[in-house]
Amino acid sequence: MQVCEYDILVVGAGAAGMAVALACRRRNLRAAVVEREEEPGGILLQCIHNGFGLQRFGEELTGPEYAERYLREVEGTEIDVFCGTTAVRLTGGDAFRSVVTYSAKYGVREFRVGAVILAVGCRERNRGNIGIPGTRPAGIFTAGLAQRLTNIDGYIPGSRVVIVGSGDIGLIMARRMTWLGAKVLGVVEIMPTCSGLLRNVVQCLEDFDIPLYLSHVVTRIEGAGRVRAVEVAPWRNGQADSRNAFRLECDTLLLSVGLIPEHELARDAGVGISPDTRGPFVDANLMTNIPGVFACGNGLHVHDVVDYVSEESERCGRAAADFVTGITDTVKQIPLHAGANVRYVLPGTIAAGRSNLLSLRSMVECEAARCTLHRGEVELATKTFRHVRPAEMIRWNISAEMTDDMSREETQPLDITIQCVADDE
Amino acid sequence: MTLMQPARNKTTDAYDVVIVGAGVCGAAIARCLSGYDIRVAVVEKCADVSFGVSKANSGIVHAGFHHPADMLKTKLEIRGNMMFEKLQHELKFPFERIGILVLAFSPEEMEVCRRLCAQGRANGVPRLELLSAEAVRGMEPVLSPDVEGALYAPTGGIVEPYRYVFALMEAAQGNGATLLLHWELDRAERNGDVWELRARDSRRVRARWVVNAAGLFADEVSRILAAEEFRIVPRKGEEYLLQRGAAGYPNHVLFPVPSRHTKGMLVIPTVEGTMMVGPTAREIEDRHDVSTTAENLRRVFDGAKRMVPAISTRDIITAFAGLRPTLEDQDFYIDLSRRAPNVVQVAGIQSPGLTASPAIALYVKDLLKAGGLTLTEKADTRTDLPETTAVRRLSPEQVDEHIRRNPAYGNIVCRCENVSEAEVVEAIRKGHTTLDGIKFYTRAGMGRCQGGFCTYKILQILQRETNQPIETFTKRGKGSELILGRLDT
Ligand SMILES: Cc1cc2nc3c(=O)[nH]c(=O)nc-3n(C[C@H](O)[C@H](O)[C@H](O)COP(=O)(O)OP(=O)(O)OC[C@H]3O[C@@H](n4cnc5c(N)ncnc54)[C@H](O)[C@@H]3O)c2cc1C
Ligand SMILES: Cc1cc2nc3c(=O)[nH]c(=O)nc-3n(C[C@H](O)[C@H](O)[C@H](O)COP(=O)(O)OP(=O)(O)OC[C@H]3O[C@@H](n4cnc5c(N)ncnc54)[C@H](O)[C@@H]3O)c2cc1C
Repeated sequence: MQVCEYDILVVGAGAAGMAVALACRRRNLRAAVVEREEEPGGILLQCIHNGFGLQRFGEELTGPEYAERYLREVEGTEIDVFCGTTAVRLTGGDAFRSVVTYSAKYGVREFRVGAVILAVGCRERNRGNIGIPGTRPAGIFTAGLAQRLTNIDGYIPGSRVVIVGSGDIGLIMARRMTWLGAKVLGVVEIMPTCSGLLRNVVQCLEDFDIPLYLSHVVTRIEGAGRVRAVEVAPWRNGQADSRNAFRLECDTLLLSVGLIPEHELARDAGVGISPDTRGPFVDANLMTNIPGVFACGNGLHVHDVVDYVSEESERCGRAAADFVTGITDTVKQIPLHAGANVRYVLPGTIAAGRSNLLSLRSMVECEAARCTLHRGEVELATKTFRHVRPAEMIRWNISAEMTDDMSREETQPLDITIQCVADDE
Repeated sequence: MTLMQPARNKTTDAYDVVIVGAGVCGAAIARCLSGYDIRVAVVEKCADVSFGVSKANSGIVHAGFHHPADMLKTKLEIRGNMMFEKLQHELKFPFERIGILVLAFSPEEMEVCRRLCAQGRANGVPRLELLSAEAVRGMEPVLSPDVEGALYAPTGGIVEPYRYVFALMEAAQGNGATLLLHWELDRAERNGDVWELRARDSRRVRARWVVNAAGLFADEVSRILAAEEFRIVPRKGEEYLLQRGAAGYPNHVLFPVPSRHTKGMLVIPTVEGTMMVGPTAREIEDRHDVSTTAENLRRVFDGAKRMVPAISTRDIITAFAGLRPTLEDQDFYIDLSRRAPNVVQVAGIQSPGLTASPAIALYVKDLLKAGGLTLTEKADTRTDLPETTAVRRLSPEQVDEHIRRNPAYGNIVCRCENVSEAEVVEAIRKGHTTLDGIKFYTRAGMGRCQGGFCTYKILQILQRETNQPIETFTKRGKGSELILGRLDT
């Protein structure tokens, strides 16, 4: 087993991994990236549609184009990227962090490094996770797998398609399958509102006359060999209304029912996992409870827009670089909790006397919503956001002035709440 | 009779014994008979071995206290149970004797445990013990505080059913038995001393003896052979698989006290660290109905949570249903046919069929002998299978050595279960060429993401290894194609 020493090891070469590695490299640290696929780029490589990079580059790129910009930059540096290499074990430690990797090309290696950054992305929730009853035929795919099979491998997974879940991947696949010549019979969504971006509803469904069944669920899958039909029923008061159920005859079911951060490598190392994000708990430096182990990107929490993945990862890289170079962070960190109407907030602490960029998800949908940061009864900061929806992440920058006096206060935990308000407030 | 020329020609279509059905019974019988100087074939209608009842069950090696001694299934259960260490030693499938606890929640239920204990002792089950509430909670900290006591059967165990069946068949084939897949028995004629068996696609084999081990379809096969009339009633069981690391993972198989027809809703730790809860038990008409329902999900979890409160539906990775092939008297029916010549019936093999299977094989061998088949032990029988390599069970140092010999051990194909390319290739080379067959052999696709990441990789490897077009690959045989076409770019 070969031992490799670096300052930084990044696990995963998606958007997050590339950005974090570049940020570390800018600080002249020796950085390596391991990626289990044969090529770097991550999920971006299969997203051949437009819609990436508006925030970051001010222009609309496809996924591969967005990846390409970072890849070229990485190639111009001394970052070592090892593809076809899977990280299988992570261990914390006083002297160094250890990551064991398996690879057909490099054999088994142990990376001994100052900091490990987990940029491992997420996986898709599947049928078992949402418990659709019925038979278990071929023809049931997660939407991302179907996207991969069509866009990278050039296969056609089906000809009559029903899509479960109105997330962006599902919507984009509705259009993609139609372009491939398949008939998309509908998108079935349990919630009363679509969970994807509105522009995707227009461009991917309405333009192709694909029905969107809001407040509906798939109640049964039929078919012995291949999917033959699904039964769809209205969802009323937390129950399927089977009297008004109808059948859609199809050979393919695509599931776009959410993403879960790949947290197993972290969890097995003893990293605390949040039941709300399903990713690691992190502090204001995006560091986990194991010193020197950081997380960012979809492996930390699910992002809707890649530009924010890149931004978060650069921040993570700077914090990891500080850690490795021994810039000791004496800033006081105060625990931060999700309060009323907040599904989760990240990070799990606020650094006093610094500006803090918070990512939060609302549990409610409203035209205008007020976010408030509290310490007990005291309101420390507040801001109103427009068009708040559970599907879209809210980003709120708490300025340094707002947190200035926190360093002197008791470390009583803070919490953050969301409240719908009249539009003109 | 011309058939018994000493032609040990492998390609012959004439056999001394043809076994219909490659489930656990057919495979165990084939392995047992492959140790003798006769020609044996197994015909199976599915695309792979163990695709019938034997793939969807609880994987428990039962102890033998559930039924009275005068039932055939009890005798075979106890005898089969004792054979598993040796079998595992020879065949290297996953098996652990972790013990069974039957939990009582009231004095009345404790009384049932006492009765089961007495019955088990009378059956000859070793080391049964009644435990107090404190004792059982000490052994099993995840239990509900409402448990008032238990019956403990340390000889109970768990096994990975398909791996066990695959290993039995591989061992049989290693000793010369023939396996014919996609071979559905459709017609049979007696021609002098010989059975002429015809498959649905018109392939033919000849046999002196036929063993009917057709599981749910044993009644149909019996009819085809013009043997006894009986009816197999499928009793459906739905089960849920929970992911590795799920809360509530117990150290023993947990049973409630049984009702008349079922052993109740169980909590079953698997050899691989996942957990199963279930099964339900309901008699149904349709022998192909392996669907699951939302209502049963609730019943299964209510039952499981009563024993282990920490269990959560959140940890479900998948659900499945299996059908128990039952006969009216609820016993196994294993005997020489009285109506058709040279036929052995192996029917009604419901639970504990998996447990009893090695004993069923011996029993069938004795019946064949009694019926006049000469069985001479072969000198060159190989009882052992080589150890297979699973990267997830090796230390990094061991993996490094394997990669040096074969780099494909370093290419992790299934990230959830840590399955390497080399393992997938091995499965394909052993004849497991469907996605389900590869999954059962390697565990690739059996983990938390259920194939979301590895499916396309496995398709690529299949294509490379078999040189077949992508459209021909299936989940579990014809009709379950995965990809419907290709983009012409
Ligand atoms: C299907 C889909 C469509 C999207 N569409 C849009 C869009 O239109 N516009 C937009 O702005 N955003 C979109 N997004 C969001 C955005 O693309 C993602 O949030 C972003 O690319 C995620 O980057 P990441 O690096 O965190 O994760 P990933 O890209 O998933 O990268 C993680 C990498 O880590 C590797 N890895 C994981 N574990 C290991 C290990 N143990 N060892 C080695 N390597 C490992 C993986 O192989 C992978 O390459 C989409 C996302 C998805 C999933
Ligand atoms: C939910 C459930 C849980 C269970 N749990 C346990 C347990 O924990 N422990 C235990 O000991 N037992 C258990 N059992 C019982 C056990 O699974 C069965 O007893 C056993 O698998 C039966 O094996 P078999 O070989 O008889 O049948 P099968 O596995 O069904 O094999 C019969 C084969 O014959 C083939 N076939 C049928 N007709 C034809 C034809 N015309 N031509 C060619 N081939 C044909 C079928 O395709 C099939 O592969 C359980 C059963 C169920 C349903």
